[in-house]
Amino acid sequence: MQIQQLSVFIENKPGRLAEITEVLAGAQIDIRAISVADTSDFGILRVIVDQPQAAVAALKEHGMTVSLTNVIAVGIPDVSGSFAKVVRLLSDKGFDLEYMYAFISRDKGKAFVIVRVDQGQKAAEALQADGWEILTQDALSHM
Amino acid sequence: MPNYFQPDIECAPREKLREIQSQRLVKMVKSCYENVPFYKRKFDAMGLQPGDIRSIDDIVKLPFTEKQDLRDTYPFGLLAVPRGELARIHASSGTTGKQTVVAYTQNDLDAWATGAARAIVAVGGRREDLVHVSYGYGLFTGGLGLHDGAEKLGAAVIPVSSGNTNRQVQILQDYGSDILCCTPSYAMYIGETVRDKGIDPKSLRVRIGIFGAEPWTEEMRREIEKSLAIKAYDIYGLSEIAGPGVSCECQEQAGMHVQEDYFYPEIIDPVTGEVLPDGAEGELVFTCIGKEALPLVRYRTRDICSLTHQVCRCGRTTVRMQKPKGRTDDMLIIRGINVFPSQIESVLLDLGMDPNYHMVVDRKNNLDTLEVQVEMNSHMFSDTVRNLERVGKRIEGALQSTLNIAAKVTLLEPKSLQRSEGKAKRVEDRRKF
Repeated sequence: MQIQQLSVFIENKPGRLAEITEVLAGAQIDIRAISVADTSDFGILRVIVDQPQAAVAALKEHGMTVSLTNVIAVGIPDVSGSFAKVVRLLSDKGFDLEYMYAFISRDKGKAFVIVRVDQGQKAAEALQADGWEILTQDALSHM
Repeated sequence: MPNYFQPDIECAPREKLREIQSQRLVKMVKSCYENVPFYKRKFDAMGLQPGDIRSIDDIVKLPFTEKQDLRDTYPFGLLAVPRGELARIHASSGTTGKQTVVAYTQNDLDAWATGAARAIVAVGGRREDLVHVSYGYGLFTGGLGLHDGAEKLGAAVIPVSSGNTNRQVQILQDYGSDILCCTPSYAMYIGETVRDKGIDPKSLRVRIGIFGAEPWTEEMRREIEKSLAIKAYDIYGLSEIAGPGVSCECQEQAGMHVQEDYFYPEIIDPVTGEVLPDGAEGELVFTCIGKEALPLVRYRTRDICSLTHQVCRCGRTTVRMQKPKGRTDDMLIIRGINVFPSQIESVLLDLGMDPNYHMVVDRKNNLDTLEVQVEMNSHMFSDTVRNLERVGKRIEGALQSTLNIAAKVTLLEPKSLQRSEGKAKRVEDRRKF
């Protein structure tokens, strides 16, 4: 029920992000969402793509450190307070939220929040049981 | 079953070795006095006559020679033979400071090649082997040293020289090299390339590695042995004495047998100059008792190690030197503490990381700082900043407890540090004194 996110190690130096995204472009990979966590020395680039395995292969071939991480993509309707309900539910059920970011889909009025929690599978089930849309890998690839 | 190239010397009774050494020392001192004005002046100033040296025990009466003496007499001031007698010239690799020039007569080259041939046999090499030499050829003694040793043995040499790592791997695969000779840092790089190409190291025919010309650790040895599926042996040499083959391990991997019929080693206290007994650590000193062109007297190598005269399990009676901990020249003094780059290598390998690192020493606000840059690899990598910072902290903690000074660790992308094809350059000292 979770989807796979690419995590790429990047040094903080000019041009690195351009190089990495060019590798993805060269391999005909479509980026759905992107986020960077950074410190003064290095960053972790987190990317949701249509073909995670092909993206990993392309990045590894270019000598980059990349891994796949399971994350949840929760569909959120464009209604005030929706997102707060998701976070509340995760909090009340005791899931530890490590990080999150969001993207807007082409479907009007729908956003997706990418959430990384410690027990991803259980969290996804809890959200689904509460009526939230959880995006599958397959659905993501065909968006 | 151990093999020997010259068992009558390598396994000779100590008395016989001493006899050879005494004869050669007497002859050498006479030649120094008669042919090298530098030594004549030194001996005269000490009131020393060549006749005072009657056996190897008298060696302690002789003065030391330092690298600076070679520099001061650059290029040929210490030669004991006319230039017409020379057969080859080499120069020190210039690891530290200005390069020093060394020269050999044909007899000197034969002696050196003999030492290198003994070394190849001691690690299990045979006449039938293909010896792949990836040391640089040229003024540096590495390439030609092992080349001549392999030829002296009657083995076939593949004189690849260093560089073009893809081709090195191709030759290992296609020609089926049996023995690989290069610097340990280049062996690491070749092993890494084999892995990156998805080649199973066990599918390669190579079974022995002979690595030297820079200090390396036991941890690095294990890493190389694994990455190339070989047994890795340490060889020692320095151009001032001969080149690789001055000493080399045997299959016991228990110290390096010194070719002491040509190169007589002593360990001294680097401060007082006093000779230290077996087992004591100090500065390694060599006297080139068999050499004609450049007969250096008690040459201070600045390498720190110890000696043992115990008979080795391989049956050789020649004295063994422990792997040098590092050259006193390589040692950094950071906040008053002695730091050898090899200590950093040990720490990284202990933590299961690749020993690809770069040290930057600087001085900020009158305080020395040490930064260690380390390459990230896929097995250290994790998706959260917190975990990555933990990796950095873990390395910092291990460095602190080994070096006794704090170091800042910076994580770099894989392959971002330059790979060495010869001697690795791992230190950048930005301090201005």
